[in-house]
Amino acid sequence: MPLDLPLECPIRLSNVFKSFGSIRAVDGLDLDVPAGSCLGLLGPNGAGKSTTMRLLTGQAIADSGDLEVLGFELPKQSKSARARMGLVPQLDNLDVDVSVEENLKVSARLYRVKDIPAAVDRALDLARLTDRRKDAVDELSGGMRRRMLLARGLIHDPDLILLDEPTVGLDPQIRTQIWTLIDDLRSRGKTVLMSTHYIEEAERLADDIAVMAHGKIIARGKPSDLVTEFAGELTAEVYGPPDRLTEVRALADAEGLRSRPAGPAVAIVGADRDRHTFIPPEAVWRAASLEDVFVLLTGEEAE
Amino acid sequence: MSKDPDRMRRLEPAAIAGVMSREIANFRTFWKATAFSSLLEPTIYLLAFGLGLGTTIVTNVEGVDYIEFVGTGIVATAVIFASALPSMFGTFIKYRFQRTYDAILAAPVDVEELVTAEVLWIAMRAGFFGCFPILVCFFFGLSPTWGMLLIPFFGFVTACGFAAFGMAVAGTVSKIDQFNYVTTVVITPLFLVAGTFFPINQLPEGFQIAAQFNPLYQLVELVRGAAFGFETVDILRLLGLIVFSLVLWRIAIHQLTKRLID
Ligand SMILES: Nc1ncnc2c1ncn2[C@@H]1O[C@H](COP(=O)(O)OP(=O)(O)O)[C@@H](O)[C@H]1O
Ligand SMILES: [Mg+2]
Repeated sequence: MPLDLPLECPIRLSNVFKSFGSIRAVDGLDLDVPAGSCLGLLGPNGAGKSTTMRLLTGQAIADSGDLEVLGFELPKQSKSARARMGLVPQLDNLDVDVSVEENLKVSARLYRVKDIPAAVDRALDLARLTDRRKDAVDELSGGMRRRMLLARGLIHDPDLILLDEPTVGLDPQIRTQIWTLIDDLRSRGKTVLMSTHYIEEAERLADDIAVMAHGKIIARGKPSDLVTEFAGELTAEVYGPPDRLTEVRALADAEGLRSRPAGPAVAIVGADRDRHTFIPPEAVWRAASLEDVFVLLTGEEAE
Repeated sequence: MSKDPDRMRRLEPAAIAGVMSREIANFRTFWKATAFSSLLEPTIYLLAFGLGLGTTIVTNVEGVDYIEFVGTGIVATAVIFASALPSMFGTFIKYRFQRTYDAILAAPVDVEELVTAEVLWIAMRAGFFGCFPILVCFFFGLSPTWGMLLIPFFGFVTACGFAAFGMAVAGTVSKIDQFNYVTTVVITPLFLVAGTFFPINQLPEGFQIAAQFNPLYQLVELVRGAAFGFETVDILRLLGLIVFSLVLWRIAIHQLTKRLID
């Protein structure tokens, strides 16, 4: 296949398994990411998101399954795939004693960038760190380092970008900055695979969401479609003392409705005001949300 | 896709150069400390042994002034301490704490290229700083020879092996404390029984045979050859060091692949 032809799916994983000892980190994963889209890989901690990313960069070798990235078969042709793919890791791994500029230059060399000064200038501009280029990474704030990590992953203008929990542990304000950068990537038509365990992040940035738990995809679709499919239209939140809430959940169960704890309340998903008369009048009715879907599907509390 | 015309090759110079450039960028932030200790340490050894022992207990060994005997021997000490130790600690810190290797391996760089670059860089450094004792010796009366121009090369070849050894160890241990066993059981004996401070031929025969398998001893002999005249057997010594380095290079790649690729 000639490389210049646009690929329909830069990432194709089919029936991929990866275990660490007795832990099945990736357990029969099927995942296609269409070109030019941003797929949010949404799953709780331990779902296997980082392992999936490592499989894609050839840093983990699958026990079985078919993996194709940018038309290259993994793990055999992983190096060619890596040359055209950018990774923003979950954990910061910049060289802290070295200047911002030097860090970027090294990365540019590792990716065989032809015009290194231009690539570095572009990355500095993207991370808005041009005036800090001579400073050691150590001297940057947490938000600056994150922006730089992102810019470093884009130093070779890759076709495919992997973002592993790009805003984990960041202040809301810095998170918004990073989101703006990711939005920009999307508007430039890059293919993005972004893992996250923040529902808001997935909802805000992804065209398409794949909910991952226990090493596989358990639901996939546009955020709004997922909500309609798995949580219906309305959710009723009932507040009250714990005994009362237990009782309400039992009633919901009896009606075949799914419910979940939601902070101090119980959320009854897919409820109907007229039909489900057991729901007390003081209940708060709201539109069903992706959070409802996430909690119902994964059994995890949302963050 | 079965065939791909621009499939990337193994051991690409560009990948190796990229990894080395990262080391150089970092080295620029701490080279002064390295240069300082590389110059001071052999000076201290020379003063302590060369002048301390040399003027009081022994005056010459095998027809050479004791201070020149020790000074040429200390090159090997400098080489092992500038290669095995930084490589062991540096590698461990880079993959465990700084996750540097994760960043490098996400780029089109393989473990083989990563190890090769790290080994070459450490060995170049060790080959360079390993010469400092000779420079110090000039002040104590050692006369320069043309052969001495080969000393950085001998140091480099040996350091490749010890740098690879350090990487292999770092890729094998699970905790940084375990390096203590390696320094005590491997590095210290190698350095003490290398003929640096006393000639091997006065040791019991078992030690003499064991010394032949000590790369540091071979390096000491090569450096003394460079300073006081080569012998034919020195070619074998050099070949031995090259084989040693090649074998450890492959072992380091093997151990780090196991450690870095899940
Ligand atoms: N190198 C490893 N060795 C052993 N277990 C691992 C390793 N990497 C991941 N795991 C395990 O695999 C599971 C999935 O981990 P991970 O992919 O990091 O999840 P996520 O990124 O979704 O939080 C977890 O149970 C984790 O402990
Ligand atoms: Mg993770």
